[in-house]
Amino acid sequence: MSTLQPPAPAAKIDYSSDQQVRWCPGCGDYSILKQVESVLAQHGRPKEEIVFISGIGCSSRFPYYLDTYGMHSIHGRAPAIASGMRSVQPDLSVWLITGDGDSLSIGGNHLIHMLRRNVDLNVLLFNNEIYGLTKGQYSPTSPEGAISRSTPMGSTDHPFNPLALCKGADATFIARGMDRDPKHLREMLQRADAHRGTSLLEIYQNCNVFNDGAFEVFTEKASKASHTVFVENGKPLLFDNGTKGIKLDGMTPVVVDIAGGEAAVEDLWVHDERDSFKASILVRLFDDPRQPGALPRPFGVFFVSDRHTHETKMNAQVALAKQKKGPGDLDALLRGENVWTIA
Amino acid sequence: MDTIPTPRPKTVEAREKVVILFAGDSGDGIQLTGSQFTDTNALFGNDVSTFPNYPAEIRAPQGTLAGVSGYQLHFGSVDVFTPGDVCDVLVVMNSAALKANLPKLKHGGTIIANSDGFDTKNLRLAGYPDEENPLTDHSLDNYVLHTVDVTKLTRNALEGTTLGMKEKDRSKNMFVLGFINWMYSRSLDRNKKFLEAKFKSKPELLEANLKVLQAGYNYGDTSETFTTRYEVKPAPMPKGNYRNITGNQGIAIGLVAAAQKAGLELFYGSYPITPASDILHELSRNKHFGVKTFQAEDEIAAICSAIGASYGGALGVTASSGPGIALKGEALGLAFMLEIPLVVVNVQRGGPSTGLPTKTEQADLWQALFGRNGEAPIPVLAATSPTDCFDMVYEAVKLAVEHMTPVILLSDGYIANGAEPWRFPEAKDLRPITPPFAKPRETTDAEPFLPYARDERGVRPWAIPGMKGLQHRIGGIEKENKTGNISYDPQNHELMVKLRAEKVQRIADTYRPIRLDSGPENGELLIIGWGSTYGAIRTAALELQKEGHSVAHVQLRHMFPFNNGLRGLLSKYRKVLVPEMNSGQLRQLLRAEFLVDAQGLNKVQGMPFTSEEIRVGALKLLKS
Repeated sequence: MSTLQPPAPAAKIDYSSDQQVRWCPGCGDYSILKQVESVLAQHGRPKEEIVFISGIGCSSRFPYYLDTYGMHSIHGRAPAIASGMRSVQPDLSVWLITGDGDSLSIGGNHLIHMLRRNVDLNVLLFNNEIYGLTKGQYSPTSPEGAISRSTPMGSTDHPFNPLALCKGADATFIARGMDRDPKHLREMLQRADAHRGTSLLEIYQNCNVFNDGAFEVFTEKASKASHTVFVENGKPLLFDNGTKGIKLDGMTPVVVDIAGGEAAVEDLWVHDERDSFKASILVRLFDDPRQPGALPRPFGVFFVSDRHTHETKMNAQVALAKQKKGPGDLDALLRGENVWTIA
Repeated sequence: MDTIPTPRPKTVEAREKVVILFAGDSGDGIQLTGSQFTDTNALFGNDVSTFPNYPAEIRAPQGTLAGVSGYQLHFGSVDVFTPGDVCDVLVVMNSAALKANLPKLKHGGTIIANSDGFDTKNLRLAGYPDEENPLTDHSLDNYVLHTVDVTKLTRNALEGTTLGMKEKDRSKNMFVLGFINWMYSRSLDRNKKFLEAKFKSKPELLEANLKVLQAGYNYGDTSETFTTRYEVKPAPMPKGNYRNITGNQGIAIGLVAAAQKAGLELFYGSYPITPASDILHELSRNKHFGVKTFQAEDEIAAICSAIGASYGGALGVTASSGPGIALKGEALGLAFMLEIPLVVVNVQRGGPSTGLPTKTEQADLWQALFGRNGEAPIPVLAATSPTDCFDMVYEAVKLAVEHMTPVILLSDGYIANGAEPWRFPEAKDLRPITPPFAKPRETTDAEPFLPYARDERGVRPWAIPGMKGLQHRIGGIEKENKTGNISYDPQNHELMVKLRAEKVQRIADTYRPIRLDSGPENGELLIIGWGSTYGAIRTAALELQKEGHSVAHVQLRHMFPFNNGLRGLLSKYRKVLVPEMNSGQLRQLLRAEFLVDAQGLNKVQGMPFTSEEIRVGALKLLKS
């Protein structure tokens, strides 16, 4: 993990604001807030150089709880606001807080365009597969058949696979973490922060009021090992405490029994986070965990690539224009090309 | 065609002003012909006013009425305020252009028709009955008709060149331009210079265009049919330096100027839409001023990116037309709630919905004033002419920045594309713009920073991310007075609604006193216009005054808040007439606000008023 910042000497800065945190007791958001504060403290960047921009939803209250600059904007539009802000402020640390409804439903358009432009900021997508703030309607990530207040007979919509969507939009950093694994989450936050470009971190977050246990098969001790695979760069895809692995049969990932001798560790798919094609397969490991034979759900950094960021290109054009034409002369602009004088 | 034949003697007649309308297929290069002749006349010293009238379709089927493109130019040795009610000269490249525009030609006016555009096929496409050709059937006997086979003469001029027939025909418009320059005794120098720049890298096309331009000019000189040339002397305009400018150019230049004077980076977030896109095009060419243009994924992202840029300490601007402004409504509310500088330009077009994208209307006034949820009063300005677009956008920026508020500027398709001479200012004479920046502080300061503490004008400080010791949170959710923290307290909400409204209302205190455009300070009739109806109303009012009527004219530029002097002004006239290119939006506001019996004069045809329509409307009210 050479890209990580060295741990700061000590957490000297307190990034909490004076506002009382008002999520429901037991909400997964508390854990995420704590890890974000911890990562900020570890980095030690001055408070005034950090900006949190959010949309609307439970998660979007996040900026109020941090003593940094913050904007709680309108539903779905945080990516557009952050893109504009980033265009004129290339040096600050910008974080975007959003949820599954905010970024994948009402703000879906802005999300994909931010990703293709590769605006340099960190997106924390709190996915709880439900609309919490409006009290329990199904969301674009709710599984088919999900019973919610707006789908008493079950949702008929096919859900989004958020990371596949982001990969399709040519995101340059894609990762997944969960609220119940703070250590891993912190690592993901650090990686996201270190990446230049749009870092998209999906966080499975439990809404204990309207969708309790949506991810428990991935997060609870009893089932976590057999239903998740934590990918690390350069390492084989092993899970279930090393007893099982995933190998690529052509383009198809298959589970093999390592302990039983079905395959050797050397046969397994070795994670290469710079491999775009393999990342496209990895994001497709999205089976319904309730189905028999489901592939485990990956967590970790799926994909990283270096591409120029939106603001570097934009600033480079401005610099080039100044170099070519000289700094703007307002009187020359006012005069234009064809002047006549009436004496 | 290399040697210029000896000119035959021709008479030269003086004209005070001329209205000429060029019309043809949208592929005929009509807009270029018109704008080139406009520039020539403006440089010569005439006052000019133009009205480009685009077809709705990008390329409608050739030869059809739907594909007719027009460019109307009014130039004179006297002040001109409009592109003209009726035309003196109609230049048509085909049958459809004649059919669509003949009603605009005055009786006895001159028609110059490209005979090649009146073959059987073109006549049928234009919807003329079989066997009927207006050029030969004497139906145009009330006009002075000249038929010229422009196509053939153009091809002749280019004989021996390697250009294909299609390429040759593409320079037809230069023949017309050359000829018209001859007709009005103008030099070709300016047009030649333009062509040299345009075809710098294509010497073959340059040579062809120059040849045809000259051929058109020579044709006037040598042809037996044209015996008279005209001359329009320079207009007695105020001393100074002039250039030509369209409304959209005025807005783009004004934005750059205002940002420079305010010491702010200009960020322009925009989504392509007719007729506002030219502002984006113009600004994207001015990156050396530090201008950042962002073609957003949609109208909502366009305004939101501008809000983000303003939050980041730049001057955030977005522009659109009615449908786009509708999409921006929620974000406008956010900008209002945040109390952040933002300029939103609406280049209005015919509505509702997609409406008439290439035509003009003033029907978005209510949208600008009321198109938001909750109580969100936003200052609304209106530009009255192409040059006024510069002044008004400059004022919009000044108000937005100095009062920390979004400001809406209304323009419309008519002045956005129309051009007029502009006595441009010098940068040093532009009014200063002073952003109310907060002062960075040491973090050890005991008192928390209050982002919504207000000064005596009700304006909050502008604290920009990166400024030390000023971290704060803002949002669209109701905020506690001063701290900006979330608050659902009922009393606080009412207080905040009031504070925000008062701040905007106080902006009226910064206006210059209301001023009549013309007419007596009290009397029989006051004509109140707003926005682009200015030229037509001014022309009509001056005429009515000349005829001895007690008529005054005021043109509103501040649609909200109104000028403090408007109430008093209204009380000085017995009658009030409100001409608008809508069904009476300002009239209703005046009635509601001032309890005045304002009468409407309304036109909702996608076309600007003629001054005659205003004059007749005013006379009718005077007599009632």
